[in-house]
Amino acid sequence: MTTQLWDFSGGIHPTENKHLSTARPIAQTPLPQRLILPLQQHIGAPAEVCVSVGERVLKGQTLATVTGSVGVPVHAPTSGTIEAVGMYPVPHPSGMSDWCIVLAPDGHDEWTEREPIADYHSLNRETVLDRIREYGIAGLGGAGFPTNIKLRPPKDRKVSTLILNGAECEPYITADDMAMRERADEIVSGLRIMAWILRPERCVIAVEDNKPDAITSLRKAAENTQTEVVVIPTKYPSGGEKQLIQILTGMEVPSGGIPADIGVMCQNIGTAIAVSRAVHLGEPLISRITTITGHAVSSPGTYDVLLGTPVEHLLAQAGLNEGQLQRLILGGPMMGYTLETPGVPVVKTTNCVIAATAAELPPPPPEQPCIRCGMCAEACPMELLPQQLFWHSKAGELEKAEHLNLFDCIECGACSYVCPSSIPLVQYYRAAKGEIRVQQAEHLKADRARVRFESRQARLEREQQEKEQRRKDRATAAAEAQAKKQAESEKAEAEGQPADGRSAKSALVEEALARKKAKAGKVDPPLEAASSEAEPPDFDALEKQLTQATAKLSTMQSMLEDARAENADNVEKLERAVAKNHDRVKRAEKALAEARN
Amino acid sequence: MALAQQSSPHARRARPTSNIMLWVMLAAVPGLLTQVIFFGWGNLINVVWCIAVAVVAEAAMLKLRNRPVLFFLRDNTAAVTGLLLGLSLPQLAPFWVSAIAVLAAIVLAKQLYGGLGSNPFNPAMVGYALVLISFPVAMTTNWAEPGLIWDTAPGFWDTLQTMASGQQSAADAFTMATPLDQYKHNISSQTATEVLQHPTFGDGVAKGWEWVNAGFLAGGLLMLWMRLITWHIPVSVLAGLAFMSLAFGSNADLYAPLPMHLLAGGTMLGAFFIATDPVSAATSHQGKLIYGAGIGVLIYLIRTWGAYPDAVAFGVLLMNFAVPFIDYYTPPRTYGHHKARRGLPGKNQG
Repeated sequence: MTTQLWDFSGGIHPTENKHLSTARPIAQTPLPQRLILPLQQHIGAPAEVCVSVGERVLKGQTLATVTGSVGVPVHAPTSGTIEAVGMYPVPHPSGMSDWCIVLAPDGHDEWTEREPIADYHSLNRETVLDRIREYGIAGLGGAGFPTNIKLRPPKDRKVSTLILNGAECEPYITADDMAMRERADEIVSGLRIMAWILRPERCVIAVEDNKPDAITSLRKAAENTQTEVVVIPTKYPSGGEKQLIQILTGMEVPSGGIPADIGVMCQNIGTAIAVSRAVHLGEPLISRITTITGHAVSSPGTYDVLLGTPVEHLLAQAGLNEGQLQRLILGGPMMGYTLETPGVPVVKTTNCVIAATAAELPPPPPEQPCIRCGMCAEACPMELLPQQLFWHSKAGELEKAEHLNLFDCIECGACSYVCPSSIPLVQYYRAAKGEIRVQQAEHLKADRARVRFESRQARLEREQQEKEQRRKDRATAAAEAQAKKQAESEKAEAEGQPADGRSAKSALVEEALARKKAKAGKVDPPLEAASSEAEPPDFDALEKQLTQATAKLSTMQSMLEDARAENADNVEKLERAVAKNHDRVKRAEKALAEARN
Repeated sequence: MALAQQSSPHARRARPTSNIMLWVMLAAVPGLLTQVIFFGWGNLINVVWCIAVAVVAEAAMLKLRNRPVLFFLRDNTAAVTGLLLGLSLPQLAPFWVSAIAVLAAIVLAKQLYGGLGSNPFNPAMVGYALVLISFPVAMTTNWAEPGLIWDTAPGFWDTLQTMASGQQSAADAFTMATPLDQYKHNISSQTATEVLQHPTFGDGVAKGWEWVNAGFLAGGLLMLWMRLITWHIPVSVLAGLAFMSLAFGSNADLYAPLPMHLLAGGTMLGAFFIATDPVSAATSHQGKLIYGAGIGVLIYLIRTWGAYPDAVAFGVLLMNFAVPFIDYYTPPRTYGHHKARRGLPGKNQG
């Protein structure tokens, strides 16, 4: 049966150099003096240490757990004593240090109790997914995304094709190749578990045609299962997730999307082995298969390495010739990064260490001007225009670079590989991407600050209005109370005397005036000092004066209250104003009383 | 142990620009050889002279611009410019005409724009167009008479002397109008059969010219096979020219026929060696097709209705103007996108 295959555009055929590390079977490395276990070997939250320094731990025991939803725990790769928890250099392009647990092996290699699952089919899928998480499994291919999360695609996405990526298209790396040769059964059983979880219609293991031995053993292991072993043509980067999906299905993962959007999921060979071991043997992820190669080691090969083993220990095993070593690469020669120190440990995502001589991977010649020959565009598997991206990136025209889909670049390095002007194109793209991310972060920050400022302004305005409203309400209430009191007293007076229609009428007018005055709030016109002219008493005018003074007083009082509440600096002034208005009211009352007498 | 720190990728294919340029020059050898066989020593002398002037001019300009002279000279691009001019100028052009063409190419069109990679116009064609407009006599009366080199005069020394003497026009005895020129200027008063009686046409399409074009075609195919160039530009240049000729000029009594357009002038040299200069050409596949087709159409328009019998230089230069525009509107569709993002940022997102 032949499976239909598609081609992806571009691609290159770099020298493979895989024969270096496939001559011998997978070997075990002896225990190093200490294992350095970074708390973050996966995407997500770093794990939190749950053992104490000095404690003796058993092989497979959980050393650090993750409380959040994204992340996986770290386990002891062998039995021994926790020597320290601290900052140590970890594998990272920046050469940074991070929190690690240091374990001194005791040499007994004593296992904690293992709980194999006899028949996972009888279990609930969630239980198996939880085990995959609890047993520390994060993608062994590259980014280290927690496998249990990947195996839970969004609810509205059905995975119809499950792909096990055995392409291993990068030169030098043979970790998957050797694993497929020697551990095909475990790979197929791991794939079956993942297939049981996802229930896809199609299960594929894709292998490049430069690995005939791996293909043979996989085919044998996959007999009588629903698994297809598909041989694909050797071309870098066929093992890139997007390219592999295109080769096998003819479909493209939408830009910015995930494979599940088109019903596909890719898993790594090493991940399948880890899943199989976690379920069938009850062993957490504590070791992985890693290639140690390059011309600066005398016996390159592929090793089964305990996580946390320092790279220098591996190099010593492989017979490092220090005089020859020019650069140390973690990963492949196309996408790997150089190490600053060989002291960093092997982690869950470490598939290869290349100890390269200067002759093998010579330092690049100086960059020449781009002549737009377009060889990069011919090589680009994403159908970008690397020459234009370079032009815009170098000129700082980031908007134009983004417009030409800079962020679809997978940094496979095919463009730099073919560039006749030896321009480090990928480096320019990384720099441009970083610059754009910084700008976006700043925009976001500025936007947030603007929103914060505007909502603060709005809040202050609203509070001011509310205060104003309260003040008005109080003034109105006070004026009304005063008017009522006035009316009552007048009424009482009127009761004692013959009914004075005029007085009753004037009370109503006063009330209306008081309301109007109160509405005008604090913008009262300055009140004329109460005059003590020897004029014929004018009740109306005097009462009006009294009302006005009362209203003013109440306004002043409320202002004073507010000012006191806010601790404003005009409290004193307001206090004086209140006292003054108080006198004024007194005087007006007096004048009115005199007039009446 | 100081470990080298490097950004990926760490592996590189070793085919530097200098090597590519060297192969371009080697690919031009069959064409040059046929030129020598059918038109005498003129082209070879021109080529050597132009390369020498080009390299010296480049070195001087790099020095003036404070650039590392040897580093840039080693890319061989100046030599290629010199070579292309030497191949396209009239065989017996006086030495100063070729020198001016080369200086214009290197100094004006290349270095003053910022050197390699920064020139919007094809340097060789700037030089060619400049001398064609400035010295029309020297550029039209110095085409050698076709004939096998071992049969006809002048010999190497005579040729060298003629060119070095610096006179505007070489002796009439050695020169002859080019087939395209002859056809263009006589077809209005004669029938095709009568025009073709002229010795410049010979027995085939155009005496000697057909072989020269075949030589450049062979070199072009070599470059295609070596993937130094892609097929898009040469094919679209030839297709554009052929389309125009078939659509508008099928009457041989009015217009030069298609085989003459393809084989009697600088068409193959232009299509494979000149229009494919990557620096000044459009860059995406689709862009290259438009760019090439534009050159083909313009060559036909200028040859047929313009004042110049051969028009590769003008066709290429005019399309050079259009390159930035073409580039903005012809990006390829990127993986995972529904359609290409044409135009400038902020418009036609997709």
